[in-house]
Amino acid sequence: MEGDVVQMGAYIGAGLACTGMGGAALGVGQVVGNFLSGALRNPSAAGGQTATMFIGIAFAEALGIFSFLVALLLMFAV
Amino acid sequence: MAEPSEQTASRTPAFIIFGLVAVVFIFAFINSKSSGLSFYPLDQFNVKPILGKGPVGTFTITNVTLWMALTVAGIALLLVMGTRGRALVPTRMQSVAEMAYGFIYKMVEDVTGKDGLRYFPYIMTLFMFIVFSNFLGLLPLSFTTTSHIAVTAVMAVAVFLAVTILGFVLNGAGFLSLFWISSAPLALRPILALIEVISYFVRPVSHSIRLAGNMMAGHAVIKVFAAFSAIAVISPLSIAAITAIYALEVLVCFIQAYVFTILTCVYLKDALHPHH
Repeated sequence: MEGDVVQMGAYIGAGLACTGMGGAALGVGQVVGNFLSGALRNPSAAGGQTATMFIGIAFAEALGIFSFLVALLLMFAV
Repeated sequence: MAEPSEQTASRTPAFIIFGLVAVVFIFAFINSKSSGLSFYPLDQFNVKPILGKGPVGTFTITNVTLWMALTVAGIALLLVMGTRGRALVPTRMQSVAEMAYGFIYKMVEDVTGKDGLRYFPYIMTLFMFIVFSNFLGLLPLSFTTTSHIAVTAVMAVAVFLAVTILGFVLNGAGFLSLFWISSAPLALRPILALIEVISYFVRPVSHSIRLAGNMMAGHAVIKVFAAFSAIAVISPLSIAAITAIYALEVLVCFIQAYVFTILTCVYLKDALHPHH
């Protein structure tokens, strides 16, 4: 019985942790949207900044990955 | 009498395809009545031996090692066959190999500068391995080796250790100025240093899980939609969804390999020029 409650809590926690990925989605959207609005004003400078955009995406995504990691740990390691 | 037979001959492939699709639908319908929906989206990532059913030891040939070997064979085939002719007007294979080389070379040069080009072979190796195993994993019935954190963590930890050791060897204790941001106000610097140290040690975690998580999530989503296709009414919709997600996955496979490589270049740049 007690183990069932613990497992239920772990699953609920895993589901809640996944909401953090929504924040990562907002961040990635922000990065790409701002890149595009800048790139459309000055297309000649956009090519050189694509790599910077991907680095920005990667850093914004990293924080969503931590919530995914917490969800995985709750599902399989607790 | 020749005309109708010609017409049927040209229509035969369409009939065969239609017949196959109908047979698949009928089997799916029968299956859905007998056993209901069954979702096992993560079963495709099981590591199992190719021959027999024994336990997996250190030297067992598993599906992971098989697809890793195929990845290496594919890279060797592309690069060896591509550079064999060295023609002035390249063949298709040669131009693909040249494009891959030029793409990574330019990336390393842009991000790390001229002195980072000494480490170009390692970064090229990483990129080719990741992009090949991602794309081989997209083949039906294949296995995505990069969907395992064990595989990506080895690469990420290797990058982390190499960059840290390189930073200390090249800059000595000056490498620690990476954490001491001299452009910030003096009162803030200890707090920023703490944050920088934490973010430095979290690098291999995010570096490895980003790749593995993206690969795993994409393949699991495809499997979930494939399970929905057991219901005859919504199976055309789910097949269309699988097709769309597959196209997205082709893009994701390349972008994740690119992101892994460019982050390696960024970390390498920190080791070469730690001063802000």
